[in-house]
Amino acid sequence: MTKGRIHSIESFGTVDGPGLRFVVFTQGCPMRCAYCHNPDTWAMNAGELMDPADIIEQYERNRSFYRNGGITVTGGEPLVQIDFLIELFTLAKAHDIHTCIDTSGIMYHPENKTFMDKLDKLMTLTDLVMLDIKHIDPAKHLELTKQPNSGILAFVQYLSDKNIPMWIRHVVVPGITDDEKYLYQLGQFIAPFKNLKVLDILPYHTLGTVKYEKLGMEYPLKDVPAMDKATAIELKKIVIKGIKDKRTELGILQ
Amino acid sequence: MRPEWTDFVGGKWVNEINVRDFIQKNYTPYDGDDSFLVGPTQNTTDLWDQVLDLMKQEREAGGVLDMDTKVVSTITSHGPGYLNKDKETIVGFQTDKPFKRSLQPYGGIRMAEKACADNGYTVDPEISEFFTTHRKTHNAGVFDAYNQEMRACRSSHVVTGLPDAYGRGRIIGDYRRVALYGIDRLIEDKLEQKDSTGRVMTDDVIRLREEISEQIIALKMMKQMAASYGCDISKPATNVQEAIQATYFGYLAAVKEQNGAAMSLGRTSTFLDIYAERDLKNGTFTEEQIQEFIDHFIMKLRLVKFARTPEYNALFSGDPVWVTESLAGVGIDGRHLVTKTSFRYLHTLSNLGPSPEPNLTVLWSTKLPDNFKRFCAKMSILSSSIQYENDDLMRVTHGDDYAIACCVSSMRVGKEMQFFGARANLAKCLLYALNGGIDEKTKKQVGPKYRPYAGDVLDYDTVWSMYVDMMEWLADVYVNTLNIIHYMHDKYCYERAQMALHDRDVKRYFATGIAGLSVVADSLSAIKYAEVKAIRDEDGIIYDFEINGEFPKYGNDDDRVDEIANKLVSTFMTMIRRHHTYRNGVPTTSILTITSNVVYGKATGSTPDGRKAGQPFAPGANPMHGRDQKGATASLASVAKLPFNDAQDGISNTFTIIPGALGKEDQIFSGDIEIDLSK
Repeated sequence: MTKGRIHSIESFGTVDGPGLRFVVFTQGCPMRCAYCHNPDTWAMNAGELMDPADIIEQYERNRSFYRNGGITVTGGEPLVQIDFLIELFTLAKAHDIHTCIDTSGIMYHPENKTFMDKLDKLMTLTDLVMLDIKHIDPAKHLELTKQPNSGILAFVQYLSDKNIPMWIRHVVVPGITDDEKYLYQLGQFIAPFKNLKVLDILPYHTLGTVKYEKLGMEYPLKDVPAMDKATAIELKKIVIKGIKDKRTELGILQ
Repeated sequence: MRPEWTDFVGGKWVNEINVRDFIQKNYTPYDGDDSFLVGPTQNTTDLWDQVLDLMKQEREAGGVLDMDTKVVSTITSHGPGYLNKDKETIVGFQTDKPFKRSLQPYGGIRMAEKACADNGYTVDPEISEFFTTHRKTHNAGVFDAYNQEMRACRSSHVVTGLPDAYGRGRIIGDYRRVALYGIDRLIEDKLEQKDSTGRVMTDDVIRLREEISEQIIALKMMKQMAASYGCDISKPATNVQEAIQATYFGYLAAVKEQNGAAMSLGRTSTFLDIYAERDLKNGTFTEEQIQEFIDHFIMKLRLVKFARTPEYNALFSGDPVWVTESLAGVGIDGRHLVTKTSFRYLHTLSNLGPSPEPNLTVLWSTKLPDNFKRFCAKMSILSSSIQYENDDLMRVTHGDDYAIACCVSSMRVGKEMQFFGARANLAKCLLYALNGGIDEKTKKQVGPKYRPYAGDVLDYDTVWSMYVDMMEWLADVYVNTLNIIHYMHDKYCYERAQMALHDRDVKRYFATGIAGLSVVADSLSAIKYAEVKAIRDEDGIIYDFEINGEFPKYGNDDDRVDEIANKLVSTFMTMIRRHHTYRNGVPTTSILTITSNVVYGKATGSTPDGRKAGQPFAPGANPMHGRDQKGATASLASVAKLPFNDAQDGISNTFTIIPGALGKEDQIFSGDIEIDLSK
């Protein structure tokens, strides 16, 4: 069995997918998002090594809690450990467990055939992908995460081709990702995809700062305030408008 | 059938005192939603504003607005009291005015004096003299019989919170009987009971005959008290207002005579709903009127007050009365017991605002109707004032007409009662085991002089074996102490009003309790899975520990330690069961120090789990703070493994969560986007 590098487990996940979920936080992430609230999951060689079978066993012990939920793997970046994910989800499906991956899409490389074979396999075992689009603009994305977003946007098309149900998540940070122009663009971009099930606009919070202090790291956004809820609701409407306009234009809005 | 019972379906309840049968034959399960509920009437709002003003005055006066220092409280000691006679649809206060605390010296005159003195009042010297010289109290009786060892355990707090100076509480009268049958029929029944006792005058028979006589006196006094408010409760109630009023008078009689640690109401909502349904059908009352009666009833329950000392309030984190009302649940025939009045009770949290009292407790079952579940969730979010308990678990033992006394103690209403027994501090007991019975704080020899632990590194098997010996001693002294307490309480502070609303032959639970479960479980786990070194002071007393390495902690769904917790509960319970209990009480135990965990922690030295001297225990059966690291499901799973059969008096878990962590807000989370877009 391929062991996974696990940062931690949250047995009572209520915000990472439908229902009450058993959330596995994997260790290791290539992204360096300025507002990341889990910087302790970045390092690739840390974490505790766990067998997929042990994780499923922990899930099964309290299965009755997860009646409308399932397993969500988040991180870190889960797709860094794709071999482990395939094994975990193979077992999960054998146990009839709803499976969900919360990913940034950064690992998506269509030119890498070995990876793509594995991804194709994984997608046959995955019930839901939650894709966190950090920024719709390529330059801004690079600035924010130290990575380009071309692969991520291509990943959306890939999920659509495979018809994998998809939630799009987007964190709105004051002064960084709350520009109306880009939010509208984001809406326009995701509008054509029929596998889009949910739009989840997440107001930026500052709870992660404590972790930076603990790790002795400088917090890049230390002067940025939390996003207030009312504004987030307004910003969500802009993305929705982008989706509506585009769908009207394409003639796919019923 | 009697004219008051017109339209009711008859059954066994007509010819015998049997409220459950009446409910089962007549109630109407409600599957609908909360849309029928109505807001408060102007009178309700006016009365509640008056209460809020009195509450403010009470706070400004330092916590007590008025105390009776001259009149010993009985069912009929005080004339009627009102907020505003013209506006109240349900009447009755403990004394002749709201917010005036009654004087109840039968539990102990010293406690009554101290409660007054601490609040700036003085008990009439004649009353002090009377209850010191001429009439013995429960407290005086107990201390006459205590031995040295019991006194030592009490002052070292290895056994603590004992009801030996105040009322034991935890007895629920079946107050519904007053409404359904009327007092005259209940007196008739009691007279028959008295005639049916054994003919050989053994101690038990003599006591029972005297008790029934006392119960009959209490019933007569209830009638008299009601009459002073212009109400006749000699006959059955004829409508829902009278039914609520009669039920409340039964309860009021209890709190006029007993200053118990928990004075719970029972399970009244579905019972009263039968009257509400009949009145709605007949056009006797409208929904507005019925909700008003319920609002006024609940308002009265919020205003039950006792004279208590600051120490008492520290132990219970405030001034709780535990007016617990049990709602919903499922019947043994499979029909749920949710009625419109279950909704109406919870709706008082909107009409009057949130409140910890009465302690509205939903007996939760997976089979409750969805609409009711949704309403509960909504009201919990709104008020944070609802308690939930597992009906599917308790129904097996208690059937479908049980209620909760205090926070978790379950009993069949009118058929079972409990002798409340506080709790034994198992964490301190572990330290006694290591130190040969010497108290780690006072250095006095409290427990037996067993051989103390000899080595430096603690060995699990050795410690466990020493601990079992010390627990055996503790169980022994604990149960014996409780035997004395309940003997004396029955003798000097008998709950005649509550027991008048019970059957003749009640099942008595002999309740004990455990404090410090998670501390001991983690301590033993540390000893077993890590290395724990004992640190001794100059007298050779172990007062601290050094822990090297990791160990599994209770609260992470890890069987290695959860099994230790399990074993602790069943081992201690087995020891309790081996003892003689007063009046053949059925021994039970609870793990539920919801509020007093801080006080227990203060009285206990450092423990091998890394908890330092004086630090609080976790409440009830909770894992220690911050040690459950896998989230709530794993934490709850550890608690859920504890054996209910060995902790039948209840297992409590205090669970706090910020609303945002329970799920997304609808406004931010757009859910199914197709639906959202089509708007």
